[in-house]
Amino acid sequence: MQIYLPIAEVSVNLFLLLGLGGLVGLLSGMFGVGGGFLMTPLLFFIGIPPAVAVGTQANQIVASSFSGLLAHVRRRTVDFRMGLVLLSGGLVGSAFGVQIFKYLTALGQVELMVTLFYVVFLGAIGALMFVESLRAIRATRGGRAQPARKRHNWVHHLPLRMRFRTSNLYISVIPPIVIGLMVGVLAAIMGVGGGFIMLPAMIYILGMPTKVVVGTSLFQIIFVTAATSIMHAVENQTVDALLALVLLIGGVIGAQFGTRIGMRMKAEQLRILLAILVLIVCFKLAADLVLTPSELYSLSEVM
Amino acid sequence: MWRALALLLLLVIAPLAAEETIIASMNQNRVSITADFDGSEIFIFGAVRRDEAVPDDASPLQVIIMVTGPMRPVIVRKKERRWGIWVNTESVRVGAAPSLYTIATTGPLNEILSETDRLRYGIGLDRLVRTVGEANGTNDVPAFNEAVVRIRQHSGLYAEIDGHVELEAETLFSTAIALPADLVEGDYTVRIVLARDRVALGVVDHDIAVRKAGIGRWIYIMAHEQPLLYGILALLVALAAGWAASEAFRLLRR
Repeated sequence: MQIYLPIAEVSVNLFLLLGLGGLVGLLSGMFGVGGGFLMTPLLFFIGIPPAVAVGTQANQIVASSFSGLLAHVRRRTVDFRMGLVLLSGGLVGSAFGVQIFKYLTALGQVELMVTLFYVVFLGAIGALMFVESLRAIRATRGGRAQPARKRHNWVHHLPLRMRFRTSNLYISVIPPIVIGLMVGVLAAIMGVGGGFIMLPAMIYILGMPTKVVVGTSLFQIIFVTAATSIMHAVENQTVDALLALVLLIGGVIGAQFGTRIGMRMKAEQLRILLAILVLIVCFKLAADLVLTPSELYSLSEVM
Repeated sequence: MWRALALLLLLVIAPLAAEETIIASMNQNRVSITADFDGSEIFIFGAVRRDEAVPDDASPLQVIIMVTGPMRPVIVRKKERRWGIWVNTESVRVGAAPSLYTIATTGPLNEILSETDRLRYGIGLDRLVRTVGEANGTNDVPAFNEAVVRIRQHSGLYAEIDGHVELEAETLFSTAIALPADLVEGDYTVRIVLARDRVALGVVDHDIAVRKAGIGRWIYIMAHEQPLLYGILALLVALAAGWAASEAFRLLRR
């Protein structure tokens, strides 16, 4: 069954879109990532114009993240205080990021830069997480108790300390604000919520417990992507409400299942799965950059 | 049914006479793109009206029917390998390329119409290319123009179908042209050309209005006229859907 999308001006299979939304929603709920890093390339692949894909998926991510967040709020696994601190940096950062994006667009190399950003960040984060979780799993299998992660590093010796009860932390607010800021910049340039960067930063730099990290990340993703979504609607008219609706119906259902699966899994299993997923996307994008394309020319509509 | 109508048309017209002129019609001059739009087909038919009987030694009559979508600018980019990776290097902004171009004929195009007339009436995929070029940056603009045609042919937006027009008794012609599901809103032109001895005898143009309809149209207008309100509404729908799914699953688990 085909559905004609009024803003994208293409006709797509309805069930394909529902399935796509469901899959990304499932991952979103499991790992606490918005799923933009997966959704954007997938939408390109099924023929949605890039501008519409980026504009619309921000809206869809709000829905699935909100659905996932509510499940986490009930389980009290959201550190709202930490979320707000990260967000304060994040909003400033995305404003910067939008300006950088505009500059790159003017240079005509935005597509390449975005892909390079994806490859570098997905590759680095994926590899880091993969190695770390593998080590953790081996340690557990070996019968030894998993060594407690080092909870004190340079981050914990900065001024302006604040108590984050849910995360069981008493640290300076400077690192979370800086992380929020940097993730905000990257998120705006890459057109995603930034969960896949935020998540490891929270675990490895701030030392937050994995269970809290997912809900807190969803909390701040909602605000960042909501701002992005409104900006795309106002400036480029590239939010396709019909596309968003179909994706989010699949997405919210997927997110509910994902959250439940995530709750049942061990933290290090969750991390290694996310790492593998991130690495797959990274390799795919890197291959596209290196392999000779079948068509050297590409068309883009003038908006 | 359309065939019968065309036959009726022929009976009325046949006794009249002038030079060879075209009388044509279509089964629809309006296409509505609704949310479940899955492509459409237009049936184009007509008759040739003529003064005198065709001389016995005359070469056969040929009919060319083309459907052209609204002209839109498009940017063509070319990738080149730089430092091991494929990078967009040169680009050409094509001032106007039709969003759709389908041409149906009674025979191979270059055999039934001369270069001059094809150029004059903008007939044929290679002619189309020549009309859309607008140089900047690179010195190999033709390659970029060809890329537009090649890519759109590949995605089914451009097509040339030889022998797709049926011609009966040198008088009655008909064809069915499929419009793909990925249709762009705008005014489409149907051009019918009669040719004999590779010379165009007559040209007739008809319009087809392609418009969005129903919820799609509403969304499109809202997005362009009230963008802020539209963005906020879309956001509220997203939040409501997220909440609804969360509640629904909570109830299901009780």
